Amino acid sequence: MTDSFADLSSPPRASRMSPLRLLVQSRLAAAGLLLLIAIGLVILLAPVLPLSDPNATAPAERLLRPLTEGHLLGTDQLGRDILSRLIWGSRVSIAVGFAATLFAALIGSGIGLISGYAGGRTDNMLMRGIDMLMAFPYILLALAIVAALGPGLMNALYAIAVVNIPFFARNVRGVTLGLAHREFVDAARLSGKGHLSILATEILPNVLPVIVITMSTTAGWMILETAGLSFLGLGAQPPQADLGSMLGEGRAQLFTAPHVSIVPGVMIFLIVISLNLVGDGIRDALDPRLKSGALGRPGPITAIATDRRAHEKSQAGAVLSIEGLDTGFRMGSQYVPAVRNVSLSVMPGECLGLIGESGSGKSVTALSVMGLVASPPGLIRNGSIHLGNEDVLSMPESRLIACRGQRVAYIFQDPLTTLHPTYTIGQQVAEAIAAHQSLGRSELWDRAIALLEKVQIPDARARAEHYPHQLSGGQRQRVGIAMALANDPEVIIADEPTTALDVTVQADILRLLKALQRERQMALLFITHDFGVVSEICDRVAVMKDGEIVETGTTRTVLNRPQHAYTKRLIACVPEIGEGRRFLHRVADLFDGQSEKDGAA
Amino acid sequence: MSDNAIRVRDLTKTFGGKTQLFGRASHEVRALTKVSVDLKQGETLAVVGESGSGKSTLARILVGLETPTSGTIEIAGQSADDLRKQGPKAFGRTVQYVFQETVASLNPRKTIAQILETPLSLLAGHAAPERKSRMRELMQAVDMPEDALDRYPHEMSGGQAQRMAIARALAAEPDILILDEPVSALDVSVQAQVLLLLQRLKDELGLSYLFISHDLAVVEAIADRVAVMHFGEIVELEEAGRLFREPVHPYTQKLLQSAPRIAR
Repeated sequence: MTDSFADLSSPPRASRMSPLRLLVQSRLAAAGLLLLIAIGLVILLAPVLPLSDPNATAPAERLLRPLTEGHLLGTDQLGRDILSRLIWGSRVSIAVGFAATLFAALIGSGIGLISGYAGGRTDNMLMRGIDMLMAFPYILLALAIVAALGPGLMNALYAIAVVNIPFFARNVRGVTLGLAHREFVDAARLSGKGHLSILATEILPNVLPVIVITMSTTAGWMILETAGLSFLGLGAQPPQADLGSMLGEGRAQLFTAPHVSIVPGVMIFLIVISLNLVGDGIRDALDPRLKSGALGRPGPITAIATDRRAHEKSQAGAVLSIEGLDTGFRMGSQYVPAVRNVSLSVMPGECLGLIGESGSGKSVTALSVMGLVASPPGLIRNGSIHLGNEDVLSMPESRLIACRGQRVAYIFQDPLTTLHPTYTIGQQVAEAIAAHQSLGRSELWDRAIALLEKVQIPDARARAEHYPHQLSGGQRQRVGIAMALANDPEVIIADEPTTALDVTVQADILRLLKALQRERQMALLFITHDFGVVSEICDRVAVMKDGEIVETGTTRTVLNRPQHAYTKRLIACVPEIGEGRRFLHRVADLFDGQSEKDGAA
Repeated sequence: MSDNAIRVRDLTKTFGGKTQLFGRASHEVRALTKVSVDLKQGETLAVVGESGSGKSTLARILVGLETPTSGTIEIAGQSADDLRKQGPKAFGRTVQYVFQETVASLNPRKTIAQILETPLSLLAGHAAPERKSRMRELMQAVDMPEDALDRYPHEMSGGQAQRMAIARALAAEPDILILDEPVSALDVSVQAQVLLLLQRLKDELGLSYLFISHDLAVVEAIADRVAVMHFGEIVELEEAGRLFREPVHPYTQKLLQSAPRIAR
């Protein structure tokens, strides 16, 4: 009995892939990384490689073709060895590009952090400054800065860095703004931290991935810009080689000796493409959604195992009956069960409650009915789901999709997330009807209004023009119910429909659901964690624990004479009005001995 | 020395209503209207009400995260204005806050030990070796194994995270805890255990609680007195047993009738 509570405790430590492994897993990113490492090695080893002096001119050996004896890549218009100039030049270009990235990242992130954290006037002033920087055409601003400072490699570096500051500042500000109002920042303040310390130790670690991603995606761009300025003669000054100046000097011989400009051009291409591939790889690797393994878009229906064990319908007359359902998730090569051998049935006009604690598999059971568990990773391993006399899991995909909303409809917990924010509620109810019935526009609208009246939305015709955010939580849930009723389904599955609502509103919604269900003789599968709610609305109740149903019976029997030890304890843990302090004494006995010592909870 | 841990008089808080640089005055919203309430030394005062009734605003003002528009607050005999002038640490040493969104209140990139480090050094003023032993004591106090100190918040269940949030609040060694819906997101069995824990800590450490909740049954189990809030005002303030037996205000009566009950 002890373990029944203990094992609800800590969620399994998910074995997430490390960012590095994810990075290597993407082939393109791995190729980019390899290329980058190769280039990096070559330019780092430049001083020890047997290269000729990059600046030594030899007029006799002008414009030699590649693969000439002693000059692998040929020579330029002054007879200098192109291979040597290429390697030394790449060294300069990459160093300047990286230095500019670092510089821009440092200053830009600093501005972004302060701006996003301070908000108000500081934010306004800093961001308007950034806006001004962005209002100038990009390359023109860089040119203007170089013009003011004078040509030279260092000045080109400053110019490029300054031009890229807004990029970092805006990105970092956006993220910081979201973090600055999070509870953990408030908590740090209450723990006695000052603003600077909060910025450096609480917010920065959370912003760092964004900075790294922005750096990796802009570094290639900055190298291009360095080359651009040098190409125009504003960066590296002769005789120093960098990729841009090599390109610029080779331009005059483009037709007579194309290799002089093509070689540095190809090098720029290789550096930038490898950086971009790695940058994309890093971005994907740090994206938490990818980390969780949910890489692909879910398919239209849950995957069903081909060797599934199907069952005969067990309960004659039931609208919905589930037999021996096994649903779980595929994690890599493993199958993790979420629901095991679940069987239940709902009669017409009956309300079956499905109750359990978080993680007990209630929602997975409910979503399995219409194949709504996201696949991948979801998988229905075994079992049958009978809707009337048809097995839903044997239906062709299109037929199953057609059943959604028409024969089985869902009501979810938070209507604010299930309703579309930019359509009026009238449009959304009308759309729910139109999905299964072809009606004229005005008739559709009238039906939508009628439905909204049915769920007791006052002044429905005017309210239909409102958007979800203009409605209260209770009214939004009424709209959710109206949409579920749109096509007169045989079964409604309500997944914690009142959990997000205030008690007074909850009472109203429960009354409404009960009345509608009686009137239309619908079957209702009601998922909740609240025994009080079960008691108010359900005829029968099934108790779930760790993916299995441990007890089923009429509500009165289960609540008054629970058979399974888990149910007994669960009910004993519910405080009741009128009980007062006695509750604590009662549960203290319950947890005595095993108590909380095992760190459960 | 007064016997009131917190004394609030005519507290009013409005949001918005300021003129922007180029805009008109924004719409003014009144979150609290002339709230007066005392938290007595050693008692558990529950504040109940529905969403938007101003419960959380009251809590955030009491811990110094928001400034009141008007009204006076005294915390442990000291005026809140004086405390605010002394800097962020002054509040934290007497009052601590356990957030409603527990998991969000723990920095996802820090281990529990790193999170506890801050109040232990900045507010309680412990040196490094003391901090280690205090951390172990705190884990014991909230019934968690010591190895939990090395875990990250996302590696914990809701109930464990709630215990950690309580441990962090206790690390500052405050006299008063403001608990904002501390059990509403938890499963019933976990909720019962956390309620027991809170009751035990209160007895052991002599704390005073301001307990915010929308669940009347939970409130009845733990509170000495109950304040009912409705649209930013306290409509009824009564000793718990009496309030549940004979609710006077119509809104309190409605709340009590709406609570789902297990029919026997």
